Amino acid sequence: MSDDPRERIIICRCNDVTLKDIEDIIDSGITDIEEIKRLTRIGMGPCQGRTCLPLVAGIIARKTGKKIEEIELPATRVPIRPVPMGVLAGDMDEE
Amino acid sequence: MRSKAKTVIIGGGIIGLSIAYNLAKMGEEDIVVLEKSYLGSGSTFRCGSGIRQQFGDDANIQMMKRSVEIWKNMENELGYNVEFEQGGYLFLLYDEEELKTFERNVKLQNKYGVPSRIITPEEAKEIVPLLNTDGVIAAAFNHTDGKANPFKAVFAYANAAKKLGVDIYEYTEAKDIKVEDGKIKKVITDKGEIETGRVINAANAWAPLINKMAGVPVDIPIHPYKHQGIKTEPFKIGEINPMIVSFKHDGVYMTQEANQGGIIGGYALKYGPTYDITPTYEFLRGVSYRFSQIIPALKYLNVIRIWAGYYAETPDDNAAIGRINEVDEFYIAAGFSGHGFMLAPAVSEAIAELIVDGKTSKPLWFYDPYRFERGELREQAVQMG
Ligand SMILES: Cc1cc2nc3c(=O)[nH]c(=O)nc-3n(C[C@H](O)[C@H](O)[C@H](O)COP(=O)(O)OP(=O)(O)OC[C@H]3O[C@@H](n4cnc5c(N)ncnc54)[C@H](O)[C@@H]3O)c2cc1C
Ligand code: FES
Repeated sequence: MSDDPRERIIICRCNDVTLKDIEDIIDSGITDIEEIKRLTRIGMGPCQGRTCLPLVAGIIARKTGKKIEEIELPATRVPIRPVPMGVLAGDMDEE
Repeated sequence: MRSKAKTVIIGGGIIGLSIAYNLAKMGEEDIVVLEKSYLGSGSTFRCGSGIRQQFGDDANIQMMKRSVEIWKNMENELGYNVEFEQGGYLFLLYDEEELKTFERNVKLQNKYGVPSRIITPEEAKEIVPLLNTDGVIAAAFNHTDGKANPFKAVFAYANAAKKLGVDIYEYTEAKDIKVEDGKIKKVITDKGEIETGRVINAANAWAPLINKMAGVPVDIPIHPYKHQGIKTEPFKIGEINPMIVSFKHDGVYMTQEANQGGIIGGYALKYGPTYDITPTYEFLRGVSYRFSQIIPALKYLNVIRIWAGYYAETPDDNAAIGRINEVDEFYIAAGFSGHGFMLAPAVSEAIAELIVDGKTSKPLWFYDPYRFERGELREQAVQMG
């Protein structure tokens, strides 16, 4: 492992994305949270970003000088909480 | 923003970006791509990631054969790993009539060197051990079909195009196109005007609006229909390598993401024409039911996300690609229904050849934008979802 301490700071625990991953992308000129999401999969894990998206918004704010309120968080899409497919399909009981 | 360009491409999805790249690769300079939101925001980032050569007509099979060659080499060519994986496409067949159609298609595919074949339910189960084969009488399988990561593919084409000098403007919307005496003069955007003599309409679901701006006098019926996708939490990687399809279960399709392990897919529920893309509970229930019928173990998996996007549909589910004669140097490549992602590499190569060389050896005639007006619809493209 390299010595960059930022590689040991996990921002998105679901998808194993580090602080360095995110800062590198911002440094390459991409500051749109939707785009960062799609390149790194932050916010796309089982928790759907409840843990990491606010952190990422904070990093973008710090690095770009924007106010955190100016950074629009990606919309959360239904279902709000993970639900098993069998429950949605409505035939779990047949088992 | 620059005030002049030789070529303006409207639409920053996989089609517009791959056309920009191929034009630049063939030596064209002075190319601009306009994207009203962020790159990929239209249909491309909402797609099911599937790439297949199992079509039922000569043109789509040939185009997809070429596309797969490019997909396979994309990491080399564009310098970025797009996670292309050849896990195959597995069509489950439930009656003699379906089997006959697929036997015919396989023969045609084989003629062009696509190694698809009809297999037994037992062989299908060897490929996907979790498969429920009740009622399955056979399956069509092609191991060289597969999938790729749409986010990475967009990024790869955009970056490669930029390296060749293409200017890409995000959050820049084409508002009008000025045409005088049949010649394009400029494109007016919300960020300023660009003088240009050539426009490529790669706006897919919005393509009719762009045609209207340029006064294209040809009827090219492209309508936006809402289709949806689903993603589950990760599952042991490697359990579902191919894209599994069943027309008997309303065109349900599903596969496992190569690196993340979530199951993604959808089925043929659609709404529209509409520009609304709110996901629906009806889809969530319907897709869960059909997934669990094909792979019962999926019942225990949590759904973590559903989303909606457009199939830009034409009457025969084939795109409109080509030159518009009445407006000099106006081209269209739009209306890709459920298969624009997979076709992009070959389509963009063909359009670039058409523009730079004046001709292409690929069967672009099949997607002739004038066919609707002439009443010459093609055979319905094989498509799911
Ligand atoms: C649920 C779902 C599953 C799918 N699954 C698959 C699959 O497995 N395999 C496959 O091959 N295909 C699939 N598709 C289809 C695929 O997504 C599309 O065919 C493909 O993405 C089309 O690419 P495009 O570049 O033409 O369109 P888009 O990605 O929509 O790009 C067009 C762009 O034009 C921009 N635009 C529009 N108007 C303007 C304007 N006035 N000025 C500037 N920009 C403008 C839009 O913002 C948009 O980004 C699926 C689609 C959906 C919805
Ligand atoms: S921590 Fe990033 S999606 Fe859960």
